[in-house]
Amino acid sequence: MKSANDILAVSKEHADWIPLLEISVREVFELMLGCQLKHLEATPEQGLDITSMVGLAGQLCGVLSVRSSKESAALMAYKMLGAETDANSQEVRDAFGEICNMVAGNFKNKISGLGEGCMLSVPTVVTGNDYSLHSLTDSPPLEVRLQFEDRPLIISLEVS
Amino acid sequence: MPAIRALIIDDSSVMRKIVERSLRQAGVNLTQVLEAGNGAEALAVLEQSQVDLILCDINMPIMDGLEFVKQLAGVSNAKGVPVVMITTEGSESHVVQALSCGARGYIRKPFTADQVKEHVLPVLAVKT
Repeated sequence: MKSANDILAVSKEHADWIPLLEISVREVFELMLGCQLKHLEATPEQGLDITSMVGLAGQLCGVLSVRSSKESAALMAYKMLGAETDANSQEVRDAFGEICNMVAGNFKNKISGLGEGCMLSVPTVVTGNDYSLHSLTDSPPLEVRLQFEDRPLIISLEVS
Repeated sequence: MPAIRALIIDDSSVMRKIVERSLRQAGVNLTQVLEAGNGAEALAVLEQSQVDLILCDINMPIMDGLEFVKQLAGVSNAKGVPVVMITTEGSESHVVQALSCGARGYIRKPFTADQVKEHVLPVLAVKT
């Protein structure tokens, strides 16, 4: 396994992190929600009305975000908790933020040497879709497009 | 397995519920589950209550899990109570730091009930 410094030195674009990011997402959904994710060809223009974000600071700086619909997030909370929850509830936002947190932690733990050099913020959850996210990083975002129960799930990582 | 009282510390209420469910799935006989949203809240809970097992996140506001474990040594109600960390922080240095502070086990998120069983049952066996 390459160290964080090796990877940072070799690939400024970090494109080789996409498979690691995808595995990180899949593991969280398999272990915590008991479900397999499918590939999604294109990011939908509409319907992604909830976003959770976790900041990364230290050796790796940036933002990891997870986007889906609120209905999907409610289904995720249901699968995590085993009980139905209203799509607009705090419990759904909490569950959706935890998913982002676990994806970010799982991802950084897969890069040797990065774990202790990269700190995670607590998750932030935004609802609605009339906004633009501007991360002050100098690389194009890495994006993993997946389907959760046939609904779009978009994971983005913007790092400097 | 004897009946036990557990304290689950995590800033996410959803995660606290998942940890409780995983403990039950792992076969832990819970008679009471207490919850706290951070280390400071947990210390306050322990001033009033006795527990047999503590499961604790690391990254939390106000007081993180590592600081909580350090301060736990000064809580008379918690002498000998095993602490298992459950966290997204998975680096070796975090594990070493947690264990050197007094934690008895370490589970990385995401986790399964089997992993909870693997890490929690041995520390309960040692205690009892």
